[in-house]
Amino acid sequence: MNVVTVQALVLRYLYLYTRTPIRLVELLFWPLVHLLVWGYLTEFLKSHTGDAFPYEITYLIGAVILWDILFRAQQGVAIFFLEDVWSRNLLNVFAAPVTNADYLAATYVVGFLRAAVTSTLLGVLSALLYSFNILQLNWGLLPSIFNLLVFGWGLGMISTALIVRWGPAAETLAWAVPFFIQPFSAVFYPVDTLGKLAWISKMLPCSYVFEGMRKTLKTGEVDWQSIGIATGLNCVLLALAGILFIRVMNVAREKALLTKFASQ
Amino acid sequence: MEPPVLRVSKLTKTFGEVNSVDGVSFAIKKGEILGLLGANGAGKTTAINMVLGIITPTAGRVEVFGEDLHASRVELLRRMNFCSTYTQLPGNLRVWQNLNVFGKLYRVRHLKERIDQVLEMLEISHLKNRVSGELSAGESTRLNLCKALLNKPNLLLLDEPTASLDPDIADKVRKVVRRSRDDEGSTILYTSHNMRDVEEVCDRVVFMHKGRILFVGTPGETLQHFKEESLEEVFIRVARSGEIESDKAGKEAGE
Repeated sequence: MNVVTVQALVLRYLYLYTRTPIRLVELLFWPLVHLLVWGYLTEFLKSHTGDAFPYEITYLIGAVILWDILFRAQQGVAIFFLEDVWSRNLLNVFAAPVTNADYLAATYVVGFLRAAVTSTLLGVLSALLYSFNILQLNWGLLPSIFNLLVFGWGLGMISTALIVRWGPAAETLAWAVPFFIQPFSAVFYPVDTLGKLAWISKMLPCSYVFEGMRKTLKTGEVDWQSIGIATGLNCVLLALAGILFIRVMNVAREKALLTKFASQ
Repeated sequence: MEPPVLRVSKLTKTFGEVNSVDGVSFAIKKGEILGLLGANGAGKTTAINMVLGIITPTAGRVEVFGEDLHASRVELLRRMNFCSTYTQLPGNLRVWQNLNVFGKLYRVRHLKERIDQVLEMLEISHLKNRVSGELSAGESTRLNLCKALLNKPNLLLLDEPTASLDPDIADKVRKVVRRSRDDEGSTILYTSHNMRDVEEVCDRVVFMHKGRILFVGTPGETLQHFKEESLEEVFIRVARSGEIESDKAGKEAGE
């Protein structure tokens, strides 16, 4: 991997945002909408349930913030590839001295930057509007964020691999893939709620992060065991996603899929 | 003896039952401009994409500067560049931003000065701050060429660089291509459907038809061989009759 190459690829993405501020709407608007909806729902439930208010409801705001980190990281990887498809720039990039590792590293950086921008915004607003402080997660916050980033990157690589393999018609996967797993990710409810389907949840690193978040918010103690399991699962997922991505890129070169993208 | 800048040996690409490129061999000497000619579907673009490593050959070998492309692709690509009528630079970036990104990817030294230089070569310095997506087709093609010339490539691959250009701009582009060879020492593989381009620019031509090489020679030798008055007539004859002179097919050019 070459740092200068990665910087150049990231620079291209940063230019996009400085050139077209309307893109910030996509980056900031939807997370903000989610925060407001879930935040005011929480406020409503609080005001109508009085003493019977289940404190766990406040975790929804934390869930919205953490889910968005995962989603933005995934988007950073998948949309990065699609930007080149949409602008018919794909062949220019793949004919340039760029390795798979350079390309992936650049998508990770973009995913991180996207997640950093939205999570900072949501963190500040949730504190101001709903008195929810994400920093309550204490020392568990950073490893939780890191695990969600890594899981998002892995999902992004899988999304991109599927899009490359199946062609532009599969573009919608760039947005859909995270929502395929959301019901099993224990974002807004505990894993136990899933009943017989809980085994799916137990295979997903993010479900341990969300379970850990709820435990920390409830007890004030960091759930290191959940963080450890999430990290282990993420290592496996990232390795598998990397293998899938490289294999699909090899298939793309064999079947001329990249040139087909360029001509469509 | 110095190895050819590009040597393609028995290059083959098969998609299912179709041989897009069928055992093609040719070589380009340093400082040479070789035209790769043929009708649509002849296999020119597929061959170029294999030289760039974007498509993996079914069989055969690509050597650039004497090294196997697949063994050291990234290092070799740093000394190459490419421009195709089928690609564009991101339309939502300014002209200088696009060139800045690709200049960094190709490790161009003194990048700002080089960007000014290539823009001037293609006579689009006044567009430096324009948004690329707002350029006309001709301006956009010239911007693509700027990108291709940024790193003073030792091997430049041009896939129909004058398509969509008016005669005046096409003439300027041909001059730039020759200047790139004469002043910057580039070796060039050039495809075009514009036979005027080929006559003016190319030292030798490779005629392809249905994935195979029909003839290799200078433009003059080509006319003599096919007993035609112009390359355009040769092109039309080959495209319509599809005659394959098997004695010439596969003969390695440049050797």
